[in-house]
Amino acid sequence: MNPALLIILATIVFSAAVGVIAGRKVKMNLENWTVGGRRFGVVLIWLLMAGEIYTTFTFLGASGWAYSRGAPTFYILIYGTLAYTASFFILPAVWKFGKRFGLHTQPDFFITRYGSRSLGIIVAVIGIVSIIPYLQLQLTGLGFIVEVSSNGAIRSNVAILLAFVLTCAFVFTSGIRGAAWVSIIKDVLMIAAVVIVGIGVPRIYFGGHGRMFRALVEARPDHLVFPGATPNLDVLWVMTTALLTGLGFYMWPHIFGSAFSAKSAETIKRNAVIMPFYQIPILLVFLVGFTALLAIPGLKNGDLAFLELVHKTYPSWFMGFVGAAGAVTAMVPASVLVLFASTLLAKNIYKAGFAPQAGEETVLRLSRLMVIVIMGFALLFAFYLPNALVNLLLIGYDGVTQFFPGVVLGLFWKRVKRRGVIWGLVTGFVLAAVLVFSKHDPFLGMNAGFVALVVNAAVAVTVSWFSGAKVENQGQMA
Amino acid sequence: MPKGTKIALSLALIPFLMLVLALPFVNQIRPFVLGLPFLLFWIVLWIFLTPFILMAAYWAERKFNKNGRQEKP
Repeated sequence: MNPALLIILATIVFSAAVGVIAGRKVKMNLENWTVGGRRFGVVLIWLLMAGEIYTTFTFLGASGWAYSRGAPTFYILIYGTLAYTASFFILPAVWKFGKRFGLHTQPDFFITRYGSRSLGIIVAVIGIVSIIPYLQLQLTGLGFIVEVSSNGAIRSNVAILLAFVLTCAFVFTSGIRGAAWVSIIKDVLMIAAVVIVGIGVPRIYFGGHGRMFRALVEARPDHLVFPGATPNLDVLWVMTTALLTGLGFYMWPHIFGSAFSAKSAETIKRNAVIMPFYQIPILLVFLVGFTALLAIPGLKNGDLAFLELVHKTYPSWFMGFVGAAGAVTAMVPASVLVLFASTLLAKNIYKAGFAPQAGEETVLRLSRLMVIVIMGFALLFAFYLPNALVNLLLIGYDGVTQFFPGVVLGLFWKRVKRRGVIWGLVTGFVLAAVLVFSKHDPFLGMNAGFVALVVNAAVAVTVSWFSGAKVENQGQMA
Repeated sequence: MPKGTKIALSLALIPFLMLVLALPFVNQIRPFVLGLPFLLFWIVLWIFLTPFILMAAYWAERKFNKNGRQEKP
């Protein structure tokens, strides 16, 4: 048995076992399953959030963009930092509101704040539609990483199937607590891999990152300033994209929902302070992409840059270690994505729309069942139609960011109206879809989703303003 | 708005100013600093400073907002 194969298999089985054990002593109800009984301290929340945020995209996409597009990739470094800064103010308020009304999900927030079940259902549908392609991307990425790093010993589909079974098992038994525990393993492996490779390869090929950058500037003078190697991702695009994704970051249903698992608003606030440190490893991922551009130029698919360079540089057992880290890096975000998609479906669509009399136990049972159904869908797409959802993925971020005005106005502005938020959300979502699918992204040099967000906020404020000074749902303000 | 929140919000504007609005003015390769081209150095610098800015914001809220101390961590 080759060592890479052994390392990968041992790591993912061990991780899943830890995830299953994490929930064994907890009596499972909806509260424990989705939000961990609201008992996570600063360390666990930090690990969980980092676990969700560092996806396979961080491994492959950020280095791939650095390789093929150059400077525009820096937006990834920026937006996380903006997101944490904004979350310092927004998330503690979200948490308090959630604690007061016993909320579990993002649509719960909209239903409670605006007293509208249909708004909750719209939010749940947009959430699920945005999550499924993201989930499939994790599975496809995982299969790809494992196949390449085991040198073909584990076929992509086998790896995907294995990860599917293991991830379902620990989400099913332990809920969010399982994801948080597996995050610990994932964060350690992932950071170790990124630090070793990120510091290692510029040193091995050039004697340090400074010399590597000088060589890169020599070879491609424009690669390290906007718009890099792209025709249309100039500085305005970077600014608007960083703003859009920075503000939209915590609007992802699974990240928004994870905030409820903190034990206090204070925990969330402290977490926001230390989160930006987590951005630094992304710099190392960029270094790998840039080194690859010089060391192995001409790759057709830039997303291969990270793995190809590791393959060329390190022994095969180390490749196995990177593959293991990559696999767990896909499993953790996948677990949280599927957990919240299932709860959205069971609680905010099935119960809210069709069975208002359903009790918590029924909702939990259905959520757990939906874990398998939703993962199954993602699996089928990953196997048979790997490119079918690419278009949805394009609009995922643009879509979820449209929740931002509803959340922020809802928390901080008494006069905001349900009607304003619904109109803003629908206008923003449709506008983003039209611009993206008609290939008008970037629009006038700006990120199309950002344009839609501005229109959305303007509509929400204007409609609310002209709907009179009456305060809706006054008792529901945070 | 309580004084602590005002100070915290003004502090939180700094990352947005430096990492978004300032970008057109720092879009250049030279000078290299710490081996990084200037644009990348600038971004990394402010990312590194942001946690400290947020610590100051946290401290300001605790010090100046009356109810800031009531919540147990």
